[in-house]
Amino acid sequence: MSDATIEPTTRPAQPVAPPADWTYAPAPESTDIVRLEDRYGLFIGGDFVEPKSGKHFPTINPATEDTLAEVAEAGAEDVDVAVAAARDAYDSTWRDMPGSERAKYLFRIARQLAERSREFAVLESMNGGKPIKESRDVDLPLAAAHFFYYAGWADKLEYAFPHVVPKPIGVAGQVIPWNFPLLMAAWKLAPALAAGNTVVLKPAETTPLTALLLGQVIQEADLPPGVVNIVTGAGATGAALTGHDGIDKVAFTGSTEVGKTIQRQLAGSGTRLTLELGGKAANIVFEDAPIDQAVEGVVNGIFFNQGHVCCAGSRLLVEEPVFEELLDKLKERLQTLRVGDPLDKNTDVGAINSKQQLTKIRELVDSGVDEGAEIYQPDCVLPDRGFWFAPTLFTNVSQSHRIAREEIFGPVLSILTFRTPEEAVEKANNTPYGLSAGIWTEKGSRILWMAEKLRAGVVWANTFNRFDPTSPFGGYKESGFGREGGLHGLEPYLQLEGRP
Amino acid sequence: MSERLEVRRTAKLFIGGEFPRSESGRTFEVRGADGELLAHAARASRKDLRDAVKAARAAQGSWAARTAYNRGQILYRVAEMMEGRRAQFESELADAGIDGSAREVSTAIDRWVWYAGWADKLAQVVGGTNPVAGPYFNFTLPEPTGVVGVVAPDEPPLLGLASRLAPAIVGGNTAVVVVGERASLVTVSFGEVLATSDVPGGVVNLLTGSKAELLPWLAGHMDVNALDLTGCPAELAADTEVTAAENVKRVHRASDVDPYDPRAQSPYEITALLEMKTVWHPIGA
Repeated sequence: MSDATIEPTTRPAQPVAPPADWTYAPAPESTDIVRLEDRYGLFIGGDFVEPKSGKHFPTINPATEDTLAEVAEAGAEDVDVAVAAARDAYDSTWRDMPGSERAKYLFRIARQLAERSREFAVLESMNGGKPIKESRDVDLPLAAAHFFYYAGWADKLEYAFPHVVPKPIGVAGQVIPWNFPLLMAAWKLAPALAAGNTVVLKPAETTPLTALLLGQVIQEADLPPGVVNIVTGAGATGAALTGHDGIDKVAFTGSTEVGKTIQRQLAGSGTRLTLELGGKAANIVFEDAPIDQAVEGVVNGIFFNQGHVCCAGSRLLVEEPVFEELLDKLKERLQTLRVGDPLDKNTDVGAINSKQQLTKIRELVDSGVDEGAEIYQPDCVLPDRGFWFAPTLFTNVSQSHRIAREEIFGPVLSILTFRTPEEAVEKANNTPYGLSAGIWTEKGSRILWMAEKLRAGVVWANTFNRFDPTSPFGGYKESGFGREGGLHGLEPYLQLEGRP
Repeated sequence: MSERLEVRRTAKLFIGGEFPRSESGRTFEVRGADGELLAHAARASRKDLRDAVKAARAAQGSWAARTAYNRGQILYRVAEMMEGRRAQFESELADAGIDGSAREVSTAIDRWVWYAGWADKLAQVVGGTNPVAGPYFNFTLPEPTGVVGVVAPDEPPLLGLASRLAPAIVGGNTAVVVVGERASLVTVSFGEVLATSDVPGGVVNLLTGSKAELLPWLAGHMDVNALDLTGCPAELAADTEVTAAENVKRVHRASDVDPYDPRAQSPYEITALLEMKTVWHPIGA
């Protein structure tokens, strides 16, 4: 394919990666901007209140294992109170408020998030372990943009869906994950509120702090009490919320296993449901791809947020002729990734979110080795305290290996090869999941052909893990149903009654 | 003068474009409103259901790959064929004791025409481009979700079937339809319409029999992607939905608008059984 007069590669003979024993001067982001309280209550009816359960649990920094604060654990009784507060707010103010007024409240939230974005970003990295570079440059700008985008819909709902009378559904119960705590809160709250629903939100057990700070922002924005209620807790709190009689609409982002449990819990109830679940995305690199760009995309696809991303490109499919070149470059690139303190501005890969998640990653990686795949990890020194896992590549992976089938949700990439576009499609689609996929090629017609064939809700071409409030996101198959973002993200929060 | 002896029809299933009896050899009696025995209709078994899902899966790719214009023409052709069988449909509905059969047949035919026209308009109305903040041409389009299990409403049988089936297949899905005993004969006749309407074999599969017997197998089948439970009896709903969660099936129920009301037809009845795909295509010189 290539011109015979051009050298196949122009790579230097020596790896460009610095030696592993080099040390870097630390560049830590200051935590002074964050004012932590010792103890947080539940945000119900516009106030932070003590839980009726009387229980609290510690929330830690996964990079140090230090306790950051105690957080209330909402019991069934607390969930009752929160749902009642949301119902009151729905009936008394929010449902019938002109959309133009609802819009202004949401614009306020968007603006305040932008104003306090550094504080939120630092807190997000402290509580969740993600690099400050990402919380600062991805999570926070996107969260603010999401509120700003949906704010503008609140008074334009009549234009969104032709020939229907858009009406809110009622009280939404929303359960969000720990990988993008604030951003997922924004994805859930913004469309629900714009459409005129009120909400009880349950943040993830390990990452409640930015949601609680968002509660403060909501207070300062003067939202009517009860429009947003935030109940912290673990799985039992989530189950009490999703199964509550007073909830009209459930939205869940998390594992496919829990998503199925919720779908079963709501069976026959008529409660509206959307699920954004797991994934095992294929990132497909063709021979003609811009290889250096693809390497960056593959790295971003799987090591972004430590691989704690439901749409992570966790299966790399490489066209055979470029396999070795791509693998060499990937290994080289991995050697330059800086793993460590999430608050260091130069960190690429932060801490694993929890001990539980680290155990799961280790178990699956062990299964990869046991099943005969070949492991590669760069030389890197992991901190003594906290939860860490080195960026990992697997080659010699077969489609039947657990590491090629199961969602690892960690910085672990399984590499397979293909010979024809048809084979790439078949391998990419050979999974019960269908959240996302990536295509790397210079050929526009091939991008569109592949995009049509891939059974996934989001297809990125020559990029990966890119998000935008206007762009609908959500899965096929066991990756869930319903879309978040864009015009399509309004639909789960509206009743679309036909115009008489 | 002796009357000519009528040739009676055997009421069979419709699977993969063919009319098999149930592999189980079972039938059930279909009686008219006056108690008269009308037929012994095939009573589908779980193996028939699996055959139907297999046929639906085999047909799905090529059905979705047809142009939207072509799918629209084929659905319109269904309406044409129904019009030619008006008298038969009306008398079968009347035999089953259903009032207003002429109106039902007319509305059912019109419903097929209405949905036929959506085939090549849906993407323009429910899809679109998204103005992302970056150098990407970003667009969202509806796509089929795959094989849809449809539980047909018992009443009105022909209009109910049209209202559930046409939106299920117009976007490129294929369907396995479970029809209760009450609506069985008119459904058999509708299968004969499909067989002569250029609808490719396997795109629609019709199983007459017991909903209570068939629904657990339909809901539990791992190669069924979505369910339309509009015609699911209330007492079977919860169990059916629990089973459907095993592979995260999309579950849809139409609102309880009167099927004769124009609001009973909607593009959102189509999208309820479709996926939305979003593509980020790079822009660069």
